[in-house]
Formats: sequence, structure tokens, C-alpha cells
Amino acid sequence: MAAHPEASTSAGPVRRTFLKTIGVSAAGLAGVPLVAACTGGSGPSAGGSESSGLSFGSGSSDEVPKKAYQAVTDAFTQKTGKTVRTNVVPHNDFQNKINSYLQGSPDDAFTWFAGYRMQFYASKGLLAPADDVWAKIGGNFSDALKKASTGPDGKMYFVPNYNYPWGFFYRKSVWADKGYEVPETFDALKALAARMKADGIIPIGFADKDGWPAMGTFDYINMRLNGYQFHVDLCAHKESWDQKKVTDVFDTWSALLPFQDPAALGQTWQDAARALAAKKTGMYLLGSFVTQQFTDPAVLKDIDFFAFPEIATEGRDAVEAPIDGLLLSTKGGGNAAAHQFMEFIGTPEGQDAYASVDASNIVTAKGADTSKFTPLNKKCADTIAQAKSISQFFDRDALPAMANNVMIPALQTFLKNGKMDVKNLEAQAKSLYAAQ
Amino acid sequence: MSATARDLVPPESRAPSGAPAKQVRSGKVRRLSKRDKAVLSLMVGIPTLIQLVFIWLPTVMSVGLSFTRWNGLALGDIRPAGADNYQYISQDYPPFWPAIQHNMLWLAFLALVATPLGLLLAVLLDQQIRGSRIYQSIFFTPVMLSLALIGIIWQLFYQRDNGLLNFLLGTSGTQQAVDWFGDSSINIWAAMIAATWRHAGYVMLLYLAGLKGVDPSLKEAAAIDGANAAQTFFRVVFPAMRPINIVIVVITIIESLRAFDVVYVINRGTNGLELLSALVIQNLVGEGQVIGVGSALAVVLLVISLVPIVFYVSRTFGKEKRS
Repeated sequence: MAAHPEASTSAGPVRRTFLKTIGVSAAGLAGVPLVAACTGGSGPSAGGSESSGLSFGSGSSDEVPKKAYQAVTDAFTQKTGKTVRTNVVPHNDFQNKINSYLQGSPDDAFTWFAGYRMQFYASKGLLAPADDVWAKIGGNFSDALKKASTGPDGKMYFVPNYNYPWGFFYRKSVWADKGYEVPETFDALKALAARMKADGIIPIGFADKDGWPAMGTFDYINMRLNGYQFHVDLCAHKESWDQKKVTDVFDTWSALLPFQDPAALGQTWQDAARALAAKKTGMYLLGSFVTQQFTDPAVLKDIDFFAFPEIATEGRDAVEAPIDGLLLSTKGGGNAAAHQFMEFIGTPEGQDAYASVDASNIVTAKGADTSKFTPLNKKCADTIAQAKSISQFFDRDALPAMANNVMIPALQTFLKNGKMDVKNLEAQAKSLYAAQ
Repeated sequence: MSATARDLVPPESRAPSGAPAKQVRSGKVRRLSKRDKAVLSLMVGIPTLIQLVFIWLPTVMSVGLSFTRWNGLALGDIRPAGADNYQYISQDYPPFWPAIQHNMLWLAFLALVATPLGLLLAVLLDQQIRGSRIYQSIFFTPVMLSLALIGIIWQLFYQRDNGLLNFLLGTSGTQQAVDWFGDSSINIWAAMIAATWRHAGYVMLLYLAGLKGVDPSLKEAAAIDGANAAQTFFRVVFPAMRPINIVIVVITIIESLRAFDVVYVINRGTNGLELLSALVIQNLVGEGQVIGVGSALAVVLLVISLVPIVFYVSRTFGKEKRS
């Protein structure tokens, strides 16, 4: 903030009064453009609708996804003759600046997520509906996906590109060696973990230096104990945090704490993925993007996956499978080419173009090419297809401030000492949700 | 950063620039011509405008916003909240008090370890040793490095499995390996050592300049009076550097309040590395944006920062009046 103390040189009395007058008039002048900026800045800039092409904002800045979107835009240009100007922004920046991005001069179409994070901006009128697009591509998607693409007003906003399931990943060779079996229930999981510990392996790989990965475990235990709807309501703060259902989640989780990697708070998910590849850990709960880290094809072939075991309700009906896709900004709403581009990403053709480069995710459109799927991809796709409900991960289903400012420190503390102050969670949630 | 340092040097110790030209001629105040007025108003108006727009306006707005709830979108969504945000950070927000403690610890560490280390380096390099310039450059390099580079460098030292420190301790790759970044009772010390690495170089440079400015005849006189090297330094040279000392005190306090980059590259200021500045960023920038709470945190930081600033300004200008 104001860390710079004023450095001003001494001046005679005459000069000082003179400066004062000038300072005051300068202040007056300064006020004018500022007021103007405050009142006039938030409207969308009109007239950006060129139907010969569109601008596309992409937060997919990592090497592979970036090339994959390049393949999509190339295929689109080839098909329609419309040009696409792609602006790639590093993904953390893209997410962090989304507020000012949408209010400033956004691109016509941009990459984003389904869930609360999409619905929030839709309800604030910062997105353009894509109902016309859905009229053409609606048949390509399952009901669960359609539900996830709908805004709070019932209009369609989101076009899914791919998703990826969260589950336990493990090395088949290690498990075959030691005779481990996939646990169907939570008790079996605990028994298996105890066996692995006795065998000198860290049973459950864990990484939470970045804070968000632990939310996956929280979500699954919550959904397996209290059901999918409770997860949604809790994330939207329609359910209180200060109740037995929530304390039960943490009590259940604390049975797993002794089996998790004790170095969790010092490592990133990439570190934990390497530990799994090196056979130091027995299994690792993460999204299927974890396979991006297994660059050795022999290791990749040896990786398998199972869904989070059942605990109390709904069996394994719910799967955590965040969906990534595209949205139209209000500016892009008036651009026919942008609508066409949205439509393209919702067709098997467009998704194949993406998947031809980035194979670590699962295409969402029916009829997209699955012949190149590895057995692991196929298993992931089946898990999602069989799921009765698809959650979007805590930080996409809940208020971002709740996820980032409250849950991250709270879960990190829980990993350290096994204690969770749900009263405090509720107090914070109340205050933060009220600010929206 | 270097600009800050220059601004902080009290006016009297700066080289006179554009000497106060023959103003006093007959005792009468000459009226300024139109052109003079235009030039003066430009020269004064532009910096004033910049100051207003980039410092005072945001400050006032932060204070105002700290008493509201706002989602950061339309201006119409701003709603008054009274002191709720302050109540929230002091009672419900768990990282707040640890952050205050860590900032105090940070200040103590910089004041007791980093700054004396910088002074020591300066005194050593001020002797006529060979290659003094090279050492100076080496110690000053960390001050110039970017955030990302610092992160990478310290990662190499502190990594749990293949970092240098655990390798030297012989614990690398074993269960006993020290988790320098992840263990919340250790990571603040690891971060402060990384901060010292920068701060000492900065302080060293300022003291080197200060030492060069001390009149050698003072040292000679002390030597003639029979003072030994330590006495000469602590009784004569150090007090003679008073203006620099004040600057260093202020810089040390401000650096400990601004401390941000090192913890941010480690884990964004969570899990034992909470600092006020990191909390401000967490709440104001990014997706977890809660403008009211973030502004309240920023105001707390501002109020604390005002203490050393007021101290410095009153010291500097108070002295001017006396002279």
C-alpha cells in the first residue's frame, strides 16, 4: 500500500501557498475522469461482432492443452473459413482475473468450467446464452451434462468439451505382486491400507501444498456419507456446516489420516504422482489428469483406477468429474461466428480434434471417436457414463472464496492435527456467502 | 526498490541539485511570469495527480470498501456492512492472528539477524580488500532477482527429497528428511532465511554508501585518542552514520510488513506461512475475492505501516525545523 513516504523538498512560504492552490486544482481535475471511469466502465463494448471470425480466450496454457485447442481452431477454420484469434493466458492468471476480464473487453468465446463458477457469472449477466447452439447439439450430450450446462435462469450457457473423473490410481504390477484387491467398501479400504503400511509402503499418496487437492477426499467422503444432493446444498450454503453430518465426514476421514503420506503439506500433486510411479505409495486419489505426469509409457500402461469405495448411502452413484468447456461472453453473444464455434466444440468432430492432441481427458459428446481410448481411458469414460450424478469438485461447486480462503487453510490444519472446527467454518461461510 | 531507498535518504544528505539560484536580490518577491506559472503548474500538477490517482485514491477507496460488502462486479452491488468485516477478520478468520504474529517474528528476525548481517558485510567490504567490488555484486544480486527465480533457487535448497540441505544432512530420501516447506513449525524459519538472503544485500549496499560518507579524519582522531577498532566503529563511525541508520530502521520495518514474495512462491502464504500481505492478496486478488474483507486486512496493514512512516517523517522534518 502506501509504503512510500513522501519525499518533498523544503519550499519558501510563497511557493508553498502557490503549490497548495495548484494541488487543489489538480485534485479537482483528477476527480473528473475518475467519476467518469467509475460510472461508464462496466458496460460491454459494443460493435465487436465481426462475423468473419471471432476471438477466443483460452486459459489452457499448458503445452498439451494449448496445442489441443490449436488443433480445434485449425479444424474450425478449415471447416467454416472463419478465422479464430486465440489469446492464451496462463491458467492461474486467467482464473484470477476472470472478474475484470468479463467486465472489461472479453473475447467472444472463452474456456471455463461448469458448476457454481459458471452459474454465478450467468446470474450476473456477464455471459450470453447459447440456447440456439444447444438446439443443434443437444442430442450429443447426456442429461447429466445438460444439467451441468444450464444456468440458474434455465437457459443454456455452457458447452462441454471434456471431463475427467477423480478416483484412486494405482500400479497394477505392485498390486498383483502383493496380492492387493480393489476395495469395494470403506472398511476394505482401511484394511487394505493397514496391510500396505505393514508392507512398508505409504498406503495413500497425498499432496496438499497447493491446498485444493484435499478437497477431493472431502467431497467423496461427504457424498458417500450424505449423498450427492447434500454436497450440492452444502456447497451452495443451503445446508449448515455446523451439523453432525459434516463432523461425521471429518471423523470418517480421520481414520484414513494415519495412512496418508505424512509429507503431504510439502508436496504438489506432481510430486505425489512421481511417488506413485516410483512405487513409494500404494494408491493416489486424484483426477485422471494425474496420468499426464507418467511420461514413461511403461509406467502409464501399468496404471489402473478404481472409484472411491462406498460408505453409507447411494453406493458409488456419484462421481467427481469436473467438466471443462466453453462459454460465450456478452460481447460474443452478438457474433454469429462465435456461436458457430461453440457449436463446433459440441460436435464429435470438434472434440475429436481436441482429443487427438490431449488424450488425458474424456470426450463428452456422444459419437466422438473412442477407438483410440486406452483401457484406462475407457474405464474412466465408463465410470462417468454409469454415474447417476456428477459433481464438479468443491472449488467449482462452492463459492470460490469459501473454497480458497476458508477450506484450504481449514483442510491443511485438519491434515496436520486431525481437528476441524465446524462452528468456525459455519461462521466464515455465513459471512462470505452474505457478501455475494 | 532502489527508488524507495533513494527517496528515503533525507534531503540534507543528498547532493544539492540545481542550486537555489540567485533568488535573493533586493528582498522583494518577484512575480512569476505566465510562463513560469505554466511550467510550475505542470511540474507540480503532474506528480500531484499521479500521487492522488495511484496512492491516495486507492487508499481512501480501500478504507471505504472495508466497511462494505461487495462481490466485485457491478457498483450497484456494494452494500454497507458497518464493522462486520473487521469483526470477521479478528474473530472468525483463523489465519489473521497467526499472520500478525508472523509479521512480528519477521520484523524481529530482520532487525536482529538480517540487518546486522548486512552491516557486518558492509564493514568487511569497506576494508581495502581485493575483489571488494565482486563481493559487493554477489551479495547484492539477490535484491535484483525476480520472484520466480528466487522460488526456483530456494526450491533447490529446501526440497524434501532431492534438495541440497537434506542431502548435506544425509537425510535425503529417508523418512527423517526435513520437510522444510511443508512442516509448519519450520517453514517460517526457512522463509525468513531466504528473506535475509535478500535483505542483507540491500542493507549492505546502503551502509557501504554510508561508510564512504564518514569523514576519515574522525577515524584518525579516534585512533590518536587511543580507541581500538571496535570502539572506533561503535562510538564514532556508527553514530556518524545517523541519517543512514534511520533509513535502515524504516526500511527494515517496511520490508517486514511488505514481506510477501518468498512466502508466496513457497505456498501462497498458507500452512504456517501466513503473513498480512499474503492474506490481503488472497482476499483481494483472484477468484477467492472478498473485497470487503480484503480491504479491511489492507487497512490493518496500512495502519501498522503508518507507524514507522510517521516516525520517519517526523524525525526528518522535525530536524529540519530545528536547523
